[in-house]
Amino acid sequence: MTSIAIGKDIIRKEAWDKVTGRALYNADYASPGLMHGVLVTSTCAHGLIKSMDYSEAQQMPGVKAILTGDYHPMLTGPVIEDRPPLARDKVRYYGEPVALVIANSKAEAAAAASKIKIQYENLPTVDKPSAAMSKEAPLVHEHIDQYRHVIPEVYPQANSNIVHQVKIRKGDMNKGWQASEVTVEGEFFLPQADHIAMETRNTRAEILPSGDIIVHSSSQAPFGVRKLISQHFGVDLGKVVVNVPLVGGGYGGKAPIQMEFLAVMASQAVGGRPVLIANTREQDISASPSKLSLEAKVKLGASRDGILQAGEYTFIVGTGAYADSGPRMTGSMASNCTGPYKLDNVWCDAYCVYTNHTYATAYRGFGHTSFTFAVERAMDKLAAALNLDPVELRRKNLIKAGDTSPSQVILTPSRLGDVAQCLDKVEKLINWSEGSRVEIDNNRIRAKGVACLWKTSDSPTDAIAAAIVAFNSDGSINLNVGAVEIGPATKTTLAQILAEKMKMDVNRVHVEMEVNTRVSPHHWKTVASMSTYMVGRAVEEAAKDAINQIISLAAIAMKCSPEDLALGQEQVYLKDDPNIYIDLAHIAHGYKYPGGNTIGSQVIGRGTYVMPHLSSLDRENGKGKPGPYWTPGAQAVEVELNLADYTYKILRAATVLDAGKVINPKSAKGVVMGGMSMGLGLGSRESFIYDQEQELQNTSLRSYKVLRIGEQPEYLVDWVETPNANAPFGARGIGEHGIVAIHAALVNALSRAAQVELDQVPVIPELIWQKREEEKA
Amino acid sequence: MFQLTGEGLIELNVNGETRKALVRPADTLLFALRERLGLTGAKPGCENGDCGACTVLVDGWPIKSCLMLAVEAVGREIQTVEGLNGAPIQKAFVDKFAFQCGYCTSGFIMNCQGLINIHPDASDEVMQEWLQSNICRCTSYQEITEAIKSVLITENT
Repeated sequence: MTSIAIGKDIIRKEAWDKVTGRALYNADYASPGLMHGVLVTSTCAHGLIKSMDYSEAQQMPGVKAILTGDYHPMLTGPVIEDRPPLARDKVRYYGEPVALVIANSKAEAAAAASKIKIQYENLPTVDKPSAAMSKEAPLVHEHIDQYRHVIPEVYPQANSNIVHQVKIRKGDMNKGWQASEVTVEGEFFLPQADHIAMETRNTRAEILPSGDIIVHSSSQAPFGVRKLISQHFGVDLGKVVVNVPLVGGGYGGKAPIQMEFLAVMASQAVGGRPVLIANTREQDISASPSKLSLEAKVKLGASRDGILQAGEYTFIVGTGAYADSGPRMTGSMASNCTGPYKLDNVWCDAYCVYTNHTYATAYRGFGHTSFTFAVERAMDKLAAALNLDPVELRRKNLIKAGDTSPSQVILTPSRLGDVAQCLDKVEKLINWSEGSRVEIDNNRIRAKGVACLWKTSDSPTDAIAAAIVAFNSDGSINLNVGAVEIGPATKTTLAQILAEKMKMDVNRVHVEMEVNTRVSPHHWKTVASMSTYMVGRAVEEAAKDAINQIISLAAIAMKCSPEDLALGQEQVYLKDDPNIYIDLAHIAHGYKYPGGNTIGSQVIGRGTYVMPHLSSLDRENGKGKPGPYWTPGAQAVEVELNLADYTYKILRAATVLDAGKVINPKSAKGVVMGGMSMGLGLGSRESFIYDQEQELQNTSLRSYKVLRIGEQPEYLVDWVETPNANAPFGARGIGEHGIVAIHAALVNALSRAAQVELDQVPVIPELIWQKREEEKA
Repeated sequence: MFQLTGEGLIELNVNGETRKALVRPADTLLFALRERLGLTGAKPGCENGDCGACTVLVDGWPIKSCLMLAVEAVGREIQTVEGLNGAPIQKAFVDKFAFQCGYCTSGFIMNCQGLINIHPDASDEVMQEWLQSNICRCTSYQEITEAIKSVLITENT
């Protein structure tokens, strides 16, 4: 059967609003009487707050309130509650919010904020993840063992900086090493980086006389915001209303909850009036959470014929000054630590540690970009040691149905997809067979690198989604879901799923773009590439519910059995004679008999979904099911390196994902290309730079460099479609995956080109030069 | 010469209309457009001239409105994305899927429009030099490149 909406390049519903400047983001809503909050942030990376003088600031015009950590003391966090919204007694990173000035205008608040004088007594700092592990390390948190655990599966170690540890113990390591005729080891470092969503994080909040707390936020997690505001401010869940309009990019950075606490506190301090707090770019980079850092050791063993026998992985995950979702990401990395390769003997120790850096949160890939870099660089080292082609080595070891994941999930075609086909296709796309290292002339080398990836949801086991499908009297539909539109056309994709199920024109499906937690049905969070899957399933179920109602009513109206009827093109018709039909418009709000009597009423379909059989990772061996399925893929990059100055051009970048089913090819391709673009930025230039005092140096877009137009390679994207049996039309998540292995492929190519081992990112020309000089010496 | 001390009312010529705005001497054009005139198409992204999300046309030239004071714009012709009505570049952005979250789009489109006005036959190098002043974090720039090139070519032929 030909499809109506699935597999079509449907232009996103809000496209014209976005190209005309009429699409509204959170800070675009004018509100008369709106007050403004401006943050004062720490200039010290680790220190005691000795004094804070805000007497002058208080006298400044327009100032209504100045809040410090003593105002509404609380500790927050999604896994372990360790973070005060405003620092109390001590600061733990450069950029940490320490005070909040609320004034009639932003200019007045900013002027007053600049007058607050804070004195710190510096404490020794923890400057990198491995330093955090040392017995002599300064403690970022002195009372790590006293924090409340939000989930039971988090294991902080008293008197240390270790907030969580995950162990993977699978198979028999002795046996694995004995069978390994060749072993390789590598150490890798991936620094912190920033999401750089173009819309900086901002929230406005007000408290109504009824006690309702109304929050408007640029968030990926409106229902999470509602829950935590309710908990921390002691207000019934239903009295907190969180609104999220279109969001200007998230990439994980708008999943945590930070600004929302501050905005509600601010409103509280000014009698409930609306207050907006909007990050400057500098605050968005330094004060709000970032990407984790990773120090990794990978040891791989293989038999002479290139079959992996043993893998040992040590991940020291730097979560910065606060845990946020760091422990969850640590679990996510450990439970997928091998990458998409079959390994029967796996040992992984993953530690999540505090440092005196900006705290970390989810970042596109949920830790996968970092550990995948380590694994894929190690695979290239192994290929070299075995004198095997890197693609060939990977192909020999790709994981298949029937194998188990590191956390011992039994893999099926539905759960795993087909990574071998992805690798075959990417090999052709990048034209691997023409040679992976070619000298163009005396100075210029062209080289290619390849890397494989996989990722699952790593979500809470009770994450739920829901959908409401309400019919208009003309037969069209209003679709209401709790997923946020952060950019990847999630809402349009969901409309396509609904249109296909209803067999109607997608233009007749109207989607509510905003989320309002009092109106929209629940959705866990718009994260983990899971919205098409989870909310899509809820939409499918809502469609089924609506169709049942429609057919039942039509059967009465048409005086026949429901079994004899079918729905399509907004008509219910006789299966054996489509010329006999009733228009959906005549039953969508009840059927009116010729005399005026009416039966039935508005058709409203409802659907819900929860992912089946997920389980937490076992504390001793890591056994557990972290997600419903994996999306696997393969990526490749071609570079041209100039040996005269070690500058390089990224010529081509290719991705093949097993998408299960591509619902909107053009949108999907764009999302994957965007992922590659971010990943190539991380690989080639992006990172946080701290000075010796651990003060973050590059907090503006002038010093924190991202890719700009003209610097991009030619992007190549292709698909494999192995359906996931549980997913709408078989579709696997693809939102994050373009980023996951692309900087590994880039650095594999650069290492091959320069003939040195580059084991960290970003690879700037100076690093290549340095490694070449070391090699010579 | 135009002078303003303290807060005062200025007249701005925006999208062919004369609009009054109450501003301080230190207020940026971006602030005046968004907070005083309700034209929120221009976005703050860095307020430091690095990202281009606030780009508007002033006398036909793309200007980062976060770097221009509102008072500097008095007597000049300002065009914002709201003043574009069905320009080919808007359709090209839609057709080429040249945005995702859309936050940088207004600024990119206005910079493109400036380029189309001033260098309708821009080479790739000129196009890149112009558009490098804007950042998009969602797309890969391949889509934006296709969009602008489709309009430059169309207007050439």
